Amino acid sequence: MKYLVLLIGYGEMLPWEELTPEQQAADMQKFGEFGAACEARPGVEILSGEALGGPASSTVMSTRDGTVSLTEGPFAEALEGLGGFYLVEAPDIDVVVDLLTILPPYDIQIAPTVDTP
Amino acid sequence: MSAGPVLDEVWRTHWGRLLGQLMHRFGRPDLVEDALAGAFADAAAQWPRSGVPENPAGWIRTVASRRVVDALRREQTARTKAHLLVDDEPRNEPAHDGTAPAPGEDVDERLSLLFMATHPVLAPEVRPALALRFVLGVPTADIARLFLVPTATMAARLTRAKARLASSGVPFVVPDLDRWPDRLDDVARTIYLAFTAGYAPVGGEDVVRVGQADDAVRLAELAADLLPGRPVLEALAALLVLQHARRDARTGPDGRLVRLVDQDRGRWRGDEIDAGTGRLRTLEPGAGLAEELRLQALVAAFHDTAATSAETDWAAIALTYARLEALTGSPIVRLNRAVAVGEAAGPMAGLAVLRAAADRLPHHHRVALVRAELLRRDGQVDAALAAYDEALTDCPDGAERTHILARREDLAAGSSR
Repeated sequence: MKYLVLLIGYGEMLPWEELTPEQQAADMQKFGEFGAACEARPGVEILSGEALGGPASSTVMSTRDGTVSLTEGPFAEALEGLGGFYLVEAPDIDVVVDLLTILPPYDIQIAPTVDTP
Repeated sequence: MSAGPVLDEVWRTHWGRLLGQLMHRFGRPDLVEDALAGAFADAAAQWPRSGVPENPAGWIRTVASRRVVDALRREQTARTKAHLLVDDEPRNEPAHDGTAPAPGEDVDERLSLLFMATHPVLAPEVRPALALRFVLGVPTADIARLFLVPTATMAARLTRAKARLASSGVPFVVPDLDRWPDRLDDVARTIYLAFTAGYAPVGGEDVVRVGQADDAVRLAELAADLLPGRPVLEALAALLVLQHARRDARTGPDGRLVRLVDQDRGRWRGDEIDAGTGRLRTLEPGAGLAEELRLQALVAAFHDTAATSAETDWAAIALTYARLEALTGSPIVRLNRAVAVGEAAGPMAGLAVLRAAADRLPHHHRVALVRAELLRRDGQVDAALAAYDEALTDCPDGAERTHILARREDLAAGSSR
């Protein structure tokens, strides 16, 4: 199965920009460990993954009565903290959760994709 | 043997293992349970005419497998997929095709069913229903009655839950419990919810829906026996068995609630009390939910093993409730502790303990009821009557309200007991 993993909030952690360079480096290392653990786990593959620019750089595009309009900022409040994502191939959700515990403890939304050929 | 009893027997003893084998082979929680139920329906229709097959469980498994394959094929056709998933090698064909699965196999499968039905991707409210359905095959109509919803509502809830298991990719395995110990607590909480639903006094209903509570007790015992040495499951089984042993005495012939003190102890199930205390004795004091359930089981055991109401060890019960309160901080526990202290040290001592519970449970009818009973025992008739009235203001219709009304009338008529 494929899972879209959205890193949607800092949880109990400080925001990235408030971390010391040492803390930032330590967190970056966890992302590296996550990638390595995914590679080592049978049936698991990171298909895609990026850090995002955050709400300050995101734009909502909407179409009403055929008119396209662009609005600054994220559409939903829940996505305001969206800092990055992964698309992961994995056998089941327990494996995904197990691997994600390697990352810093972000609030994470795990959305399975619909299985189409 | 004729078809009906054989079918009942196969259903009762083989449902969980058959479903486990299908789940293991096809991995589709949204399809295999319907297929198995369909196979049992086929058997009910065919066996009375054609006779009982030589291997009834094997027959059911074959028909259920065919139904899953048919469902997969329909699904594939609907999606116009070129490759047929059903032509793939089965993930793990059960090696043994007879009635009895290979030794050990059924055990693991039923545990996997239990962990699947209690997986955290599901809302806690739906887990008890799914666990009863998956592991024991309790009919949806019975589960609906237990949770007091229409059958169609429960069927829809179960269907949604199964679809969520499938779409989330919940695996059919026993999780690593050292790494995820909370999963055991989830199992225990789920079974406990299934049990308490059977005991919830609700307007117009019997006080105990015994048949349904039976299923929850069976599930608790099964879980404890399949995963031995897990205190939370052992304590849960002890608690449910000990409480359920009193079921026959809990209601009078008119369906009214009978207080513990008034129950005919001869109608308590002695063999079940022995079984429950036997489980309880294996447990050491612990922590968390396991300890909470153990202490509750201990209270139940103190009641169950008192030969008469007068011989109840209320001091020990009060002490156990004090430990339970320290552990949980629950105002309901404090309420129960007030009752026990009232019995052990007199009504005034009980009222003192009750006061703190009252602040934290505003407008809870049981607070007023306990106060009424303590005041009554202290001989304060007018204050007790006022407390009964307060309880009646907040108590919903049902067996408990009938009970409070009767107690009030009884006191107003001049009885002090």
